[in-house]
Amino acid sequence: MIRILLPLIGLALLTVLPNYISDYGLGLLIGAATYVTLASAWALFSGQTHYISLATVAFYGTGAYTVAVLNEALPYPAVLACAALIGGAMALVVGLSTLRLQGVYFVIFSFGLAELTRQLITWYEVNVTGTLGRYIFLDITTRQIYWQMLALGAATLALTAWINRSRLGLALRVIGDDETVAAHSGINLARTKLIAFVLSAMILTLAGAITSPRYVYVEPAIVFNPTVSFLTVIMALLGGANRLWGPALGAVPLFLAFEYLSSNFPDTYPIFLGLLFIGVVFLVPNGLLAKLETLTARKAPQTKEART
Amino acid sequence: MLMTTLILGLVLGGTYALLALGLTLQYGIARIMNLAYGELTLAAAFLVVAFFQGAGLSPLLSLPAIALAGYGAGWLLYQVMMRPLVARSGGSGRLEVDSILATFGLLFLIQGVLLVSFGADFTSISYLDRGVSVLGVSVALNRLIAFGICILAGTALVTALRTTSWGLRMRAVALTPGSAPLVGIDVNRVARQGFALGSALAAIGGASVSMYQTFSATDGVVFTMKALVIVIMGGVGNVPGALAAGFALGLLETFVATAIDPGLTLAATFAIFLAVLLWRPQGLFGARS
Repeated sequence: MIRILLPLIGLALLTVLPNYISDYGLGLLIGAATYVTLASAWALFSGQTHYISLATVAFYGTGAYTVAVLNEALPYPAVLACAALIGGAMALVVGLSTLRLQGVYFVIFSFGLAELTRQLITWYEVNVTGTLGRYIFLDITTRQIYWQMLALGAATLALTAWINRSRLGLALRVIGDDETVAAHSGINLARTKLIAFVLSAMILTLAGAITSPRYVYVEPAIVFNPTVSFLTVIMALLGGANRLWGPALGAVPLFLAFEYLSSNFPDTYPIFLGLLFIGVVFLVPNGLLAKLETLTARKAPQTKEART
Repeated sequence: MLMTTLILGLVLGGTYALLALGLTLQYGIARIMNLAYGELTLAAAFLVVAFFQGAGLSPLLSLPAIALAGYGAGWLLYQVMMRPLVARSGGSGRLEVDSILATFGLLFLIQGVLLVSFGADFTSISYLDRGVSVLGVSVALNRLIAFGICILAGTALVTALRTTSWGLRMRAVALTPGSAPLVGIDVNRVARQGFALGSALAAIGGASVSMYQTFSATDGVVFTMKALVIVIMGGVGNVPGALAAGFALGLLETFVATAIDPGLTLAATFAIFLAVLLWRPQGLFGARS
């Protein structure tokens, strides 16, 4: 009961929070909510299967660009639906061609997917439509963006929690542990991976679509910023990508830290990012949550001994 | 027109082939998917430029030192960073994920250091920048020299791998790392050598890139990407395959850039990559498993 009640109370508090903070605070809150959503959605697929996707921004950027193209042609909810469908279709194509193969092919393909999408859109805009860069004029307030992102983040966590308990979640975990065993126990490898990847991609695309009104001016170089992909990966890994709350736990402090670093030390920023990646791989390979559990588990028997 | 594309494409392909060769050594022998490979290449290129501009040292003279430094850097990287990961994984699939993430961190680390020390501007040097006529096509001498270096280093390596007992040990570890110890091969040592040698090739590739291309501190990812695509096209661990695929990609890129649009070279690379993945995931020259 408490495991459902506590997040609901937290969500209620976060919903009314904008009434009590400044505009700058609200901006930070949106950023944090965005990264919690991105990291959780990334972990929905990559956390369980260990297929590292470096393509987050390919979907995020596609979402933002969809809004930029369609915002005057369609009503807002229809634009969001379009964005999710486009993201899903993209993930379907990428997944169908790479997820049947070894994990490393998928990593490499996802590594270049954002750059590929950016080049293709740039080429299309310059040569076919003749415009590079679009404006988004939508009647949406900052608070509304925040609430939408909060809802998307909550939905992502709820979806992850549900998947973790379902047959799909079990299948994903088996695939992550050993694909050969998974295949022998009758799991349809390609289909299982594809479902999770498409779901995750649709959320990532929606997140991009929801934040896009904050950009006002959108061009491929802005919305396909590869740093978004890398931050998402490191946030999810730091907290623990195979836990429900792991990505959220990693996302909030890292978002604030990088917000500070990128404005104060723009030149040395990649060095911090690199050291963080290496540090996580060597020190907390399973994430902070797992580390915390082993630490408390080690402490527990000692206290028992002390008592007797 | 066609001849120009052909010759320029082959020259570009030489560098690509060399870069892919180093990457396929690292992945094939040491089992490390090195995403920071392009950054090693760039670091070498920047060093060559720094020597040239600072001390007036010609790139051809600094090349041996750069190659040695690349070998040393690779040796050290393997010993300090990769070896603990290999030991921790105990031969499981964990190594792949760990090495990808660790080298990904390394990518940013090197990129950050390059940005701080050399700035974000585009860099190039004019070295032996005069035209030489090859079959009626005017090619810059620096490109030809870079091509020569790549061919020389590439053939030397392929011959060594094919004919020497050292090469035999390398191939044994690449083929079955599990059985190599049964015939007295120190797998750790060979893996370290393979990784170091791959880094040396990255450094040589970087030195030749610096002679004729404009580059910036953030270009490393592009080199890594292209090298990876070539490695997969040629078949992972397949040395002649990587060479052939490198030339093929150089030709394709030059053709797309001159005939269609320079902005679409990466898209063309990826289209090829996708076609290979769908049609022959074991590589164009790999055996069907």
